[in-house]
Amino acid sequence: MSTTLLSTPFHDLHLKAGASMVDFGGWHMPVRYVGDKKEHLAVREKVGLFDVSHMGEIEIKGKGSLELLQYLTCNDVSQLQDGQIHYNVLMSPKGGFLDDLLIYRRATEDYFVVVNASHQEKDFEWITKQNEPFGAEVHFASHDYAQLAVQGPKAVDVLEKITEIPVRTMKYYWFTEGECLGVPAIISRTGYTGSDGYEIYFAPEHAEKIWNEILAVGEPHGILPCGLGARDSLRLEGKMLLCGTDVNDQITPLEAGLSWIVKLEKGDFVGREILQRQKEEGVSKKLIGFEMLEKGIPRHDYPIIKENQEVGIVTSGTLSITFNKAIGLGYVPPQFAKIGSQFEVQIRQRRALAQVVKTPFYKIERTS
Amino acid sequence: MSEHPKDLFYTKDHEWIRINNHKGTIGITEYAQNQLGDIVYIELPEIEEEIDAGDEFGTVESVKASSAVFMPVSGTVIDTNTELSEQPEIVNEDCYGDGWMIRINITNIEDKESLMSAEEYATYLEENEE
Repeated sequence: MSTTLLSTPFHDLHLKAGASMVDFGGWHMPVRYVGDKKEHLAVREKVGLFDVSHMGEIEIKGKGSLELLQYLTCNDVSQLQDGQIHYNVLMSPKGGFLDDLLIYRRATEDYFVVVNASHQEKDFEWITKQNEPFGAEVHFASHDYAQLAVQGPKAVDVLEKITEIPVRTMKYYWFTEGECLGVPAIISRTGYTGSDGYEIYFAPEHAEKIWNEILAVGEPHGILPCGLGARDSLRLEGKMLLCGTDVNDQITPLEAGLSWIVKLEKGDFVGREILQRQKEEGVSKKLIGFEMLEKGIPRHDYPIIKENQEVGIVTSGTLSITFNKAIGLGYVPPQFAKIGSQFEVQIRQRRALAQVVKTPFYKIERTS
Repeated sequence: MSEHPKDLFYTKDHEWIRINNHKGTIGITEYAQNQLGDIVYIELPEIEEEIDAGDEFGTVESVKASSAVFMPVSGTVIDTNTELSEQPEIVNEDCYGDGWMIRINITNIEDKESLMSAEEYATYLEENEE
C-alpha cells in the first residue's frame, strides 16, 4: 500500500553501501551509513560526501528573468555578479517563506535557482504563474542534474584531485562551470553544513562514476558518505534554517533574523508591504539560538516558558555532536531574545533551563 | 534472524525483559537501537516509581528524535543503569547486556502473558519490517 518514492541517481549506491534509508519528502534517501556521530564528525574534522540530488533546480533566463526574480524574492538579485550566488527567499504574499533558495547568476539574463526538495513542484508552479507579465523562460531542470556535496576541511583537497577549476581560491558563495572528472559540471563553494565545502552539479548519467571516484580520491583523507541524519545535525550547528521546520509561509524573513537579505529599497516585490511594516513597527517574535543549561534535548514544537507562561516555541533541537551539548532554535518575543537571556523549555513532563547564545553555534574562518 | 536472546520476553514496541522470580531487568532490543541510530541521551525513572504495563518509563534520544520506552509489565523501579547518563551509546553497543535500563519488582506477573518469546518476536519483526 506504500506509494512509490522517488530515487536519486545514487540510489543503488546507497543500498550497496548498506545505508539506512528513509522517506524524506517523497524521496528514498539515506539517513545514515555508519552512524550519525561518525558522519557528523567526519565533516567537521575531515570530509564527508552527501547525495543531495533530491534538491530542485529551476533555470530562469532571457528577457524578464531578472525582473521576475526581483519581484518574487526579498534579496536584491541585481547585486549579483556573473559567477556569484546568494541566499534568498521565495516570498509569499503574506510576507512569509514559500521556500528559501540559492540563486546562481550565470549572466544578466541567465539564472540557476536551487530550491528545497519538497517544495520544488510548488515553487515551479508559482514562478511560472507569476511569470506571465515578465515573459522569461522558466525551465524545470531538476531531472537534468545530479547533485553532490563534499563538505569538511579536506573537501578542497578532494576537489583539487577531480577538477582543473581552481577550487582552492574559489570564493565562498561563488561558482564556476567547467569539468569534473571529464564531465561538464557546476562547482560552487557552498554547503549546508557550516564547514567549508563544495556542491557539484552534473548530468545524472555520470552519477556512479563520480560518486565512486570521489570516495576513492577522498579515502586517504578519511572521507565518509554521510546521510540526512548528519546533514541535519550539521546544519543546525551552522544555524542554517530548514524551510517547513524553522520557517514557513507564516513567518517572515525579518522574524527569522534574515534582515541582511531583505532589501526593501530594491523596489516592489511580493510581501514587501508586510516587511516594510515590520521594519517600522518591529516584529512580535524573533528566531534565536539557545543552549540547554539543564539536562534534556529540545525538539520541534516544545514550548518555551518564561515566568510560568508559554511565550515561544522550539523549532529545531538536537544534541550538538561537535560541542556535546543540547542546542536549539526557536521563536521568542523580542524582549527575551538578547544573548544571555534565560528561559525554560518544556521537555515532555518537566521544564529545563536554557540560555540564548550567539549563533551560528559552529562557524569557521573563511579566508576567501 | 535469530539473535534475539531466548531467555528474554519482548514487546511490540521493541523492549525486552529478563525475568527472575518477581524481578525484571528491562532494555530495548537490537532492532530498536538500530532504528534509532546513535543514542545521545537517555532519561530514566526514579527509584520507587510505580509504573503500569504499557506506560512510559523513560525516553531514549538519538540525534534526530526522542522515543518513549514502555513497561513490558507493571512494576516498581528498584534500580536504574546510571552508566547510561554518561555513556548512552552503551545501549547501541550492548543492548541486551550492559545496555540494560531499569530493574523492577514485578507487581503483576500475569502481564507476562501478553509478551512475545524470542521466536514470536522474530516472526513479528519479519511481518512488520519493510
